Amino acid sequence: MIEHVLVAIALALGLGGGFLLARSLHAGHGRSTEPVRRILLPFTGTEISRRALDAALRLARAEDAELMPAYLAEVPKRLPLDCPIPKEAGNAMDMLEAIEQRATSQGVAVDARVERGRSYRHALARLLDSEKVDRVVVPAGGSIGTEGLSGEDLVWLLEKAPAEVLILRPAPGDPKRLAVNGSVPDRSPTAPSRQDVSGLS
Amino acid sequence: MPTGRYKIFLGMAAGVGKTYRMLQEGQAERSAGRDVAIGYLEAHKRQETSDQARGLEAVPRRLVTYRDVTVEEMDLPGVLRRRPELALIDELAHSNPPGVEHAKRCEDIADVLAAGIDVFSTVNVQHLESLNDQVAELTGVRVRETVPDSVLGAADEVVLIDLTPEALVARLREGKIYPGERVEAALDNFFRIENLAALREVSLRQVAESVEAKRLTLETMEPLGTREEKVAGEVPKAVGERILALVRPQPSSQRLVRRSWRSAQRLGTDLDLLWVKSPGAPIEGEVERQVTALRQLASVLGAKFLIEEQDDLVATAARVASERGTTYLMVGESEPRRGLARLREPLPQRLMRAIPPGVDVRIVAHRSTDEEGRGR
Repeated sequence: MIEHVLVAIALALGLGGGFLLARSLHAGHGRSTEPVRRILLPFTGTEISRRALDAALRLARAEDAELMPAYLAEVPKRLPLDCPIPKEAGNAMDMLEAIEQRATSQGVAVDARVERGRSYRHALARLLDSEKVDRVVVPAGGSIGTEGLSGEDLVWLLEKAPAEVLILRPAPGDPKRLAVNGSVPDRSPTAPSRQDVSGLS
Repeated sequence: MPTGRYKIFLGMAAGVGKTYRMLQEGQAERSAGRDVAIGYLEAHKRQETSDQARGLEAVPRRLVTYRDVTVEEMDLPGVLRRRPELALIDELAHSNPPGVEHAKRCEDIADVLAAGIDVFSTVNVQHLESLNDQVAELTGVRVRETVPDSVLGAADEVVLIDLTPEALVARLREGKIYPGERVEAALDNFFRIENLAALREVSLRQVAESVEAKRLTLETMEPLGTREEKVAGEVPKAVGERILALVRPQPSSQRLVRRSWRSAQRLGTDLDLLWVKSPGAPIEGEVERQVTALRQLASVLGAKFLIEEQDDLVATAARVASERGTTYLMVGESEPRRGLARLREPLPQRLMRAIPPGVDVRIVAHRSTDEEGRGR
């Protein structure tokens, strides 16, 4: 009788150990050494177009990529480029928090940045110098969230960015925006489908 | 033998009066009966400077020939032989030609200090290694002669020679800095008001940071007590709330930093970020990327990013909290514990037991990326 119990315990331990080992190997396989794909979403100010954010999130989901929202800040020339920027930082922190909240609800990993420059273009150039990204998603010049980036800046981005650039035309009458400083973010939509992603290209 | 006392006169640019002030203080010391000698003086043919040096003994310079060019340099052995109580040695960032004792004058100064001789010296802010890039970016002028920032940190006193950009430009126009033929070129390049204003701010911040670092060092030398005792006993000191956030080089730490910064803003206090790094672990690849991102974020927010290489996270956090007068300790939510780690006391409890009395611990929840997955 005791032998049976011992055999049963041994079998249970063996099965349990095998299961844990298989799970651990599977988890290890999931953490492959393949580099993470990154989608950069640069923005300025205290609002960002929901259309641009959603497009970036759709792409990130479709490509299993990490979203890198990046707040671009202009530092006046009279100040050192690496000086603290508390007022801008306040906007940046709120916006990044809101973006992270939305991204997380859609299962997208976020690795945010705040980059300073003498101009928004300079900040973007510095960011692209220091970070390797696979795509840049940016609303067209003058759209919500990129008022600082002009049409010329976008042309420059197309020419210089060492990544695929996706410039989104503003949709007519697209009022949706993610905003801070009193504006209430729209939280309604759910995660979009892959079909939506292909519709962007 | 006790080392000499070291005083550095720091300026934002040539012509603010560093050398003049060094000589002025040297004269005052001499009048007070001390044995003062000039180890090296670069008067740049400025009459005011030469006048101020009058009456001070100068150790003769030595001639050094390098690639058929003979230059005059400070005679380090001569200074050490002369052995004054106080040596005035101009331009500590100067690079020596090959063939003398050291590559840099600041290393010569270290020898003089080690011999128990007090030293007064001068340097411009753009010569500091960490500021070299920044100043080059601001002004378009890069200096090749740089010194480690630790040189400034090693000084017993740093005196900022401050002058408004307008006053400096006026001095330049009066020919007190460069000869007449160089004035216009200087005004068009380095000596523009906006450059000088930016350099002035960099210098002011540098000295402010140096003062802060010294204050903190002094605090750590005092016997520790409870926070209440410290507050009661040190009224004039800038004691207030202070937040320390324990970060790791990973994206999830950014939320912790954001939350901590918001709290710091509300309390009107300073924020320190601390990463306790395992000894010997290399900072490369993704870790390096995340460390850079944290450093950048700290700089944007005006927070201090500290890296401590230690095995014991809790003991290190407690020590740093004590040294920096922390009143709030912010930590991220711990990863789910597996295996034997479950038997270990959770980090917040261990921290609570180790940190100085009166320090609150606050846990900032992760925003897990698989939230949605869990819901499915």
